[in-house]
Amino acid sequence: MTEMMAWSIFLLPLFAFIFISLVIRPFLNGYDRVSGYVAIVAVAIGFVLSIQSVLEVWNNHGKIVWPSHSWITVGSLELSVGILMDPLTAIMLVVVSGVSLMVLIYSQGYMHGDPGYSRYFAYISLFTASMIGLVLAGNIIQIYFFWELVGLCSYLLIGFWFHKPSAIAAAKKAFLVTRLGDFGFLLAILYLFANGGEIFAANASEFTGAGMSGSVFDISSVNFAAKSGFFAGSIATLVALGIFAGAVGKSAQFPLHVWLPDAMEGPTPVSALIHAATMVVAGIFLVARFFPLFEVSSTAMSFVAITGGVTALFAASMGLVMYDIKRVLAYSTVSQLGFMMLALGIGAYGPAIFHLFTHAFFKALLFLGSGSVNHATGTFDMRYMGGLKKHMPWTYYTFLIGSLSIAGIFPLAGFWSKDEIIAASLHHPDAIQIVVAIMALVAAFMTAFYMFRALFMTFHGEFRGGIAAEPDSGADSHDVHLEESPAVMVLPMVILAIPAIVAGFLFNPVIDGGIGSIPQYWFSKMLNMVDHVYVKGHPIDFFAASISSIIAVSGIGLAYLIYIRKSVNTSTIIDGEFSYMTGPVYKLIFRKYFFDELYEGKITIALFYNGVARLIDWCDRNIVDRIGNVIGFFGRNSGKVVTTLETGQVQIYGVGMSVGIVSILIVFVVWG
Amino acid sequence: MLLSAIIFLPLAGAVVILLGLNDPKKVRLWAVFIGFVELVLGFLCFYLFQTADIDLKDGMELVEKYEKWIPVLNIQYHLGVDGLSAPLVLLTSLLGFCSIVASLNIQLRIKEYFMWLLILQSAVMGVFISLDFVLFFIFWELELLPMYFLISIWGSGRKEYSAMKFVIFTLLGSAFMLVSILGLYFSTGSFSIIALPALVSEAKLFMPAGTMFAFLFLAFAVKLPVWPVHTWLPDAHTDAPTAVSVMLAGVLLKMGGYGMIRLAIGIFPGEAQDWAWVIATLAVISVLYGAVCTVRQTDLKKLVAFSSVSHMGYVLLGISSVVGVGGSVSSVGLTGAAMQMFTHGTITGLLFLVVGLIYDRAHTRHIPDLGGLASNMPFVGVAFLVAGLASLGLPGTSGFIAELLVFLGTFEVWPIITTLSVFAIVLTAGYILWMIQRTFFGPAISRLDEVGDVSLVQAVPLVILMVSIMVVGLYPSIISDAFALGLEPIMESLQTGARS
Repeated sequence: MTEMMAWSIFLLPLFAFIFISLVIRPFLNGYDRVSGYVAIVAVAIGFVLSIQSVLEVWNNHGKIVWPSHSWITVGSLELSVGILMDPLTAIMLVVVSGVSLMVLIYSQGYMHGDPGYSRYFAYISLFTASMIGLVLAGNIIQIYFFWELVGLCSYLLIGFWFHKPSAIAAAKKAFLVTRLGDFGFLLAILYLFANGGEIFAANASEFTGAGMSGSVFDISSVNFAAKSGFFAGSIATLVALGIFAGAVGKSAQFPLHVWLPDAMEGPTPVSALIHAATMVVAGIFLVARFFPLFEVSSTAMSFVAITGGVTALFAASMGLVMYDIKRVLAYSTVSQLGFMMLALGIGAYGPAIFHLFTHAFFKALLFLGSGSVNHATGTFDMRYMGGLKKHMPWTYYTFLIGSLSIAGIFPLAGFWSKDEIIAASLHHPDAIQIVVAIMALVAAFMTAFYMFRALFMTFHGEFRGGIAAEPDSGADSHDVHLEESPAVMVLPMVILAIPAIVAGFLFNPVIDGGIGSIPQYWFSKMLNMVDHVYVKGHPIDFFAASISSIIAVSGIGLAYLIYIRKSVNTSTIIDGEFSYMTGPVYKLIFRKYFFDELYEGKITIALFYNGVARLIDWCDRNIVDRIGNVIGFFGRNSGKVVTTLETGQVQIYGVGMSVGIVSILIVFVVWG
Repeated sequence: MLLSAIIFLPLAGAVVILLGLNDPKKVRLWAVFIGFVELVLGFLCFYLFQTADIDLKDGMELVEKYEKWIPVLNIQYHLGVDGLSAPLVLLTSLLGFCSIVASLNIQLRIKEYFMWLLILQSAVMGVFISLDFVLFFIFWELELLPMYFLISIWGSGRKEYSAMKFVIFTLLGSAFMLVSILGLYFSTGSFSIIALPALVSEAKLFMPAGTMFAFLFLAFAVKLPVWPVHTWLPDAHTDAPTAVSVMLAGVLLKMGGYGMIRLAIGIFPGEAQDWAWVIATLAVISVLYGAVCTVRQTDLKKLVAFSSVSHMGYVLLGISSVVGVGGSVSSVGLTGAAMQMFTHGTITGLLFLVVGLIYDRAHTRHIPDLGGLASNMPFVGVAFLVAGLASLGLPGTSGFIAELLVFLGTFEVWPIITTLSVFAIVLTAGYILWMIQRTFFGPAISRLDEVGDVSLVQAVPLVILMVSIMVVGLYPSIISDAFALGLEPIMESLQTGARS
């Protein structure tokens, strides 16, 4: 594999974007179907090349090194562009291009007839290019570059229907909240540059010996430095925490999780691609990318683990009570991202990336399923769905596979990856690991429950009218078409259902040579190829597997009792015997713990906009500007003395000023 | 002769309009022609500079010198460009052409309007090209005249007040600058901008060097502008006609930054280093204060104007890195400051052009009265989005690399101040996206149904500026190499005084 082949995974979708926006959209808008084909072909070739990269990385024992190219040089500072091709990159390439390809195919059906059809495919192509650029990046500036670009694409796609105020507000919120995290990320880069330079210069020979560039921005060099113990603890901690701040924003971790549920305002395939399978895992990817650096600092690791655990639990609790199927999936995504973060924090690098890998497929599948349901019923509100199983069997069974997989039922993909995380957290227990293990187990129970709550409310029971039944929707029964979605939409779901079943035991098999020729623990071994990465060795942990299976089954069972057998009446939570206790709790969770009110109402509007900003603005008008006008007043009045003789204006001030200058000079002549 | 041509071509064009042209159509055509030739000359100058063999000791190219202009006072007609001024000459010719094209719909006193606009361009070019301090000062003052008339006749709102405020503030600064110029002359007997740094370090000074530096700094700080002498800017920008706002924000503010780097720091490196903490403090105040004020604005033009205060604060922040750390001064911060000047010119120029187009069509700049324009004017929407994203420093646009260089260069020197300034990236994203949301997105407003997209001619300046934003964003070396080269002599003089 040549470097050009790797670049073309990035360049092809970029050219698709340029071609669609500069040629098709302005000149060939009547042939907007072509936009879809262009994008699909570009990403499909990229997908093939991505698989090629995985094989090459495996055959090359982990790493293919290409020297980087200079981008801009200022004095001693050199910024470059280059590719870091290692197992993590290769795996991410497959995830990004694979899910993107499925979403593009599906979107041909979902976006059919939308006036922004070409624009949509242009944006998705740009997103895919940016995300691949992020994954390929060989240095931290390049990562930041594409990091911001995926943020832009997310903004454009959430706000795709820009005439909808809620959509554009959600887009802005997503960009701003993630930018808050990027503030930390950028500071980490600055801190690394300011404090790393000397360290790197002092050890220049070691970098050359290891075949690295020894630039402060070069990812391999930073990780090598961390592993070799060049960083004093505080540098590693501060840089790691700054990088983590960026990850918290992008991966919607607590307390910057608020943007992701609102991001569901975008078209559903976008949610599947960006806000479930790819962009939101960029934060996980970022922490994984700098994992050796994090490992140096136990403070940073604990922080990552606790943040992940809190997020997993906290988001899952909100998933329990949402009625909008996409919001359930959104909170589920936040929660699963928390799982991955938690795994990274306890040092389980391999399991975290493995869960990222499997999650991408089943979560994309679930979102596409929700889009398919919406295509038929016109709504996302599960209170107006029900009984869709018989109308949409393909959607139902693929959705069921996705739900079983995410709940962690043997032998589906989610079971294996989640089990590895739980096993790792139970493995060498210290105080933090015990806490996060409990968090993980409770969150796993909630996951099983809310997924099957969603499944039962959507597909089982009687149909409750769709969009036509929804109050204030203005829709009627013509907007509801109870039938299976077209083949272009069903096909990607079916294809994604396959890895949702097999990705676990096929790619990381517990027995050697059991399935085909894939070696035992192939996935973990491949990640482990880059020597700096520590992956917990694990024979299958039956204890962890049994616990997590019991928990998953009981979560599903509870959902069954409540939503199918109706053995438990949930309305008692709000008006039952114990409602004085349960009601407020329910309200707290249903209102998302009032985080939106706190951030938007209290901090942004009350404290900042109507507080600080108003005060400063008032000062600018009434104090700073007044002082300026006092100067003007003197100017005007000194002018008035002279204007009695002359008629001009500007010149007079010139005269006034000249007089002033001469007097200042005289002072200096006398003084000097 | 190229540099003289660049300075005097617009002036000559203005004289031709004054004497010979009366038909509005011919005046417009002539102005566009002059602007275009000037644009070609600007590119030619940049190209010749880039391809010339650079003599590092001096760095000046395309030099023109007539030593006996006013021999009694040793005032010379001395022109030249180096890495610092060549990109700014290019920027001026670029924005000059854009603003002429954007002025084609002016209906009032067309002849005078284009005359003043061309004279303005001559004056600014003169500031960037002059190598004699007196010549520099003449052009610096000459710029006020066209600006005063352009704002007070063709402006809107409290236009006379704003024009006068602009003139008074600049003149106040000029007065201080003149004192310094005379002080330098009486100390060294020279007005040569190139020779002064060396002469000053050896001469017995007529005035304390710190005072002369402070006076120069003040003169340029008013122009940049720096808090608290920024208050002329929102008024002048808001009330000026579109094309003049473009020139004002795009080029005239850069005269301040240019003067600060070339003259205040170039001549008094040691004093600049002594006062770097003041510069850094003023910078962070300008950045944050400007951003916070921007958030509150409801007039589209005023919003863009206040954002300039914040963005020019980055220039000052980059300049504050001259004090260095660990015994050496890195050129990254100053290069970043210069890049920020260039990039702010194109970005804010584009923002003002778009705001002007909105105002022409919707007849209001009051943000709450706008909304949903994207469906009626998609092309303008794209231009606005590109400009906005560049303004908030999105990678791939020139705004990103300029801010990044400023931050990288300053952080190790002023860690806390830079950290505070970096927070402005969040505020900037906030006001930019909120502005776009309230004007271009949301449901269409029926009152604005008649609003249409741009004509082909109006699209020309938008395209030019969008392309330059993207080109510099993706291939920054094209400009940054020139700046880095031009800053080398200054960097050398700064090394000895570097903070340990």
